[in-house]
Amino acid sequence: MLNIVIWISMAMIGMAFCLNLVRLIRGPSIADRVLALDTLYINGLAILVIFGIAIDSRVFFEAALLIALFGFFSTVVISKYLLRGDVIE
Amino acid sequence: MSFGLQLVVAFFLLTGSFFALMGSIGLWRFGDFYMRLHGPAKATTLGVGGVLIASMLYFTFTTGSLRLHELLVTLFLIISAPVSAYMLSLAAKKEASRERGQRH
Amino acid sequence: MAKKVWLPHPLLSLVLLAGWLLLVDDFTLVGHWVFAAVLALCIPHLIGHWWPPLPRIADWQALAVFVGRSLTDIIMGNLQVARMALGSQTGLQPVFVRFETRLDNDLAIFMLMSAISLAPGSVSTRFDEETREVEVHALHCTDEAELVAEIRQRYEQLLQRVFAC
Repeated sequence: MLNIVIWISMAMIGMAFCLNLVRLIRGPSIADRVLALDTLYINGLAILVIFGIAIDSRVFFEAALLIALFGFFSTVVISKYLLRGDVIE
Repeated sequence: MSFGLQLVVAFFLLTGSFFALMGSIGLWRFGDFYMRLHGPAKATTLGVGGVLIASMLYFTFTTGSLRLHELLVTLFLIISAPVSAYMLSLAAKKEASRERGQRH
Repeated sequence: MAKKVWLPHPLLSLVLLAGWLLLVDDFTLVGHWVFAAVLALCIPHLIGHWWPPLPRIADWQALAVFVGRSLTDIIMGNLQVARMALGSQTGLQPVFVRFETRLDNDLAIFMLMSAISLAPGSVSTRFDEETREVEVHALHCTDEAELVAEIRQRYEQLLQRVFAC
């Protein structure tokens, strides 16, 4: 049963991926695109964790942690860049 | 793994991915930037949180010992999601005012 | 220094201990506990010079209530976003609301704004340090005064009790 559920949730996250990509391409402002990118990496993290359950392996945890850390950090840095005009104050 | 435990893991997996999908639908459908902000700011925490809790429970049940690894990522996401929403809204405000300045 | 302080930041030490144990994901081996304890003892001393001291928590019970309320609000907020994302968007009235906060320390304001962002129907978008005003964007709001009153009553008063400010 768990196999089927894993496939269903992977499909749902995959659909979320497509919607994020639409917003990433279409987004009128830069902030919209960054928001779409932010959502995209978090969904990527989710699909990685689900894949880890699917193949019964725990090696993806470190990758998930690093994606969360770097994703958050890059979102904040890009916002800072949009706020000030340059990365270094 | 017994059927009942599988059911618990499946429940968390499905709620998690459902809310992640809802956040993205919000991002896709809402009209202006600030409304779009609502979807990801909330859905990422519960969506990915649900998936991570499912993974935590799955590995705790299959290995038979306590595996609380994923709790770290969940907590980090709960703390970081409002911060990135806040930073992005500041950036959007700045961008809008810059564009308005260029037009005049 | 008159008195040797073993734990300058007790909460930070606790977070370091728990964080290391969660990272290695093994609670049975004594070695991990020892190393985590060494980290929890040493790191606060190394960064103690410039790390701003945490405000004292006056009321632990109120903190527990605050955390529980935030967690339930995450679920309610998600359900509401799901409903609005699927429903029609013509009737929505998005609005910006500003209100002055009575909290006076940074951590309390951070917790207030995070709770607002995770609560149903509102995202905190700005904090003005001069006027001490928090700006909140509500997805659908017909009565602004009621929204502010609800935020005040649900979170701000609780945080005032937690940090006694």
